[in-house]
Amino acid sequence: MFHYVAARLLWLIPTLLAMALVTFLVMHATPGSPLDPVAEGANPLSPEAQKNLAAHYGLDRPLPEQFVVFVGNLLRGDFGNSFVYKTRSVAEILWGAFPVSLFLGTLAFVFAALGGLALGILAAVHQNRGWDYLSVTLATFGVAVPNFVLAVFLIVLFSFVIPLFPTGGWDSPRHWVLPALTLALAPMGIVARYTRASMLEVIRADYTLTARAKGLGEVPVIFKHALKNALIPVVTLLGPMFAAIGTGSFFVEAIFRVPGMGRFFVESMTGRDYPMIMAVILVYGAFLALMNLVVDLLYGILDPRIRY
Amino acid sequence: MGSSTPVLDIDVPVSARPAADDRPRGTSLTRDAFRRLARNRLAMARLVVVVAMCFVAVFAELLAPYSYTKTNFGRLNEPPSAQYWLGTDQLGRDLFSRMIYGARISMIVGLGAQLIVVSIGVPVGALSGFVGGRLDLALTRVIDVMYAFPRLLFVILLMSMLGAGLTNIFIAIGLTGWVFIARQTRAQMLAIKEKEYVDGARALGATGWRLLRRHLLPNALTPIIVSVTFGIPEAIFTEAALSFIGVGINPPTPSWGQMVGEGQQYLRTYWHLCVFPSIAIAVTMLSFTFLGDGVRDAFDPRQS
Repeated sequence: MFHYVAARLLWLIPTLLAMALVTFLVMHATPGSPLDPVAEGANPLSPEAQKNLAAHYGLDRPLPEQFVVFVGNLLRGDFGNSFVYKTRSVAEILWGAFPVSLFLGTLAFVFAALGGLALGILAAVHQNRGWDYLSVTLATFGVAVPNFVLAVFLIVLFSFVIPLFPTGGWDSPRHWVLPALTLALAPMGIVARYTRASMLEVIRADYTLTARAKGLGEVPVIFKHALKNALIPVVTLLGPMFAAIGTGSFFVEAIFRVPGMGRFFVESMTGRDYPMIMAVILVYGAFLALMNLVVDLLYGILDPRIRY
Repeated sequence: MGSSTPVLDIDVPVSARPAADDRPRGTSLTRDAFRRLARNRLAMARLVVVVAMCFVAVFAELLAPYSYTKTNFGRLNEPPSAQYWLGTDQLGRDLFSRMIYGARISMIVGLGAQLIVVSIGVPVGALSGFVGGRLDLALTRVIDVMYAFPRLLFVILLMSMLGAGLTNIFIAIGLTGWVFIARQTRAQMLAIKEKEYVDGARALGATGWRLLRRHLLPNALTPIIVSVTFGIPEAIFTEAALSFIGVGINPPTPSWGQMVGEGQQYLRTYWHLCVFPSIAIAVTMLSFTFLGDGVRDAFDPRQS
């Protein structure tokens, strides 16, 4: 077990290094430079100014050296200063924004898990009737339709037609509902589908029949006997789901004006903010990899037949 | 079941006897799958929508009442009317016409990108699984690293570095999308390589290329077809997402994602700018996804 975890964690290092290298190569192999602004209406900098700036940020060094310097700084936890937000370090910016994204992602995850379970149970109990169709429709809709399109529909529905929630911002819990719901719909659909399938199987099992035969009411049969057993495949699903939505989504954050990490994804890339791009990719990649590791370990705990 | 000697000598009327060429024809996996697909009503309904989309995309010039660049500065941001069926945008361009041309972009990206993805992914996966050894080890490492990359993030990175435009969208989706299909093809190769019929073919003297082309690839086809069908909506989504943030299709060429992205800021005042393209994306994505489900069920009945 310990060996397994250690090996996985050690593997993370070359993977992240390879990711950093690929990102670095893509940034430098493509035309354009952070020193010559492509923004509309921006005046090109004079060659002397460009040279000075390049020297200041170390961009005049040979590329291999730049990469080694970057990795060296990274080992000390230093991502460097942002080219765009010149007075703040990348670490500072992300430290402020990442928790917001994580909070939004976690909220969405809770919505998705609880909503999905409820819908799945309802669908299984009322197989091929109203609730069942609702959950199937929601599932396909959530999975197939991109979240920025869902966001538009939800805003129109719950901000304009029925003015329940604000269209954007991040000041009070009321602002949290729509972005979290948007993010939650797709995974909610998946959870509902899995729960439904697994519940249907369990409801037909002999021990459920026994529970009914000894005179138990519908509620304890479903919740005490069936649900407990039906939950196992669903729980294994929740891990990768959290890995996928845990960091929020830049589309959802952009539409609902959530001050999370999302906008730095796009801003840093279009603005050629090299240190920020590297940091964003690595933080995100490391988070995904760690989550996947946690998931694999959870499998082992839930299903004792799996050994490492 | 031809006209061999009847076991029971009963006088069968001539008309009821099976005709000589009425023997059951050999059926192939593909033909079976298509028959199953044709019987799936929901999938067929979606197929109609998809075909209609392709039709609109091909004949955009004939169907659109206006040019997608034709501006009318006297009538900006107008709601739907008899003259402009879905209203006009910020520059007074006909939204309906722009949406028709937007269908073209979606279809080109959806189908074209899959072509690229398949032509990279299948050979890489097949080679990796078939040849094995060091080549396999190297390719698997590449695939693993690519897999660890947050996919959409990498596409956005490529697009912001390369610049917006249709060609670059193909490059970006091609460079990132082949990984999944390569992985699947490789797994198939590994499994099929051990089958008896491959041993048989080998025993008969088939080697290398012939073995791969005649015996391995055809049998690996099902998961490839399925992943292509699901790849189409994913490519459409990627283009829409890229254009939404402004690194996808260059204006003035219309794209649904771009229209949603621009219209989203004026949602309260000019709802039509955003809502109609959103509906178009939703309908397209749903149709392709349902069709994908149908194709999967048809080709791989065990999965459902």
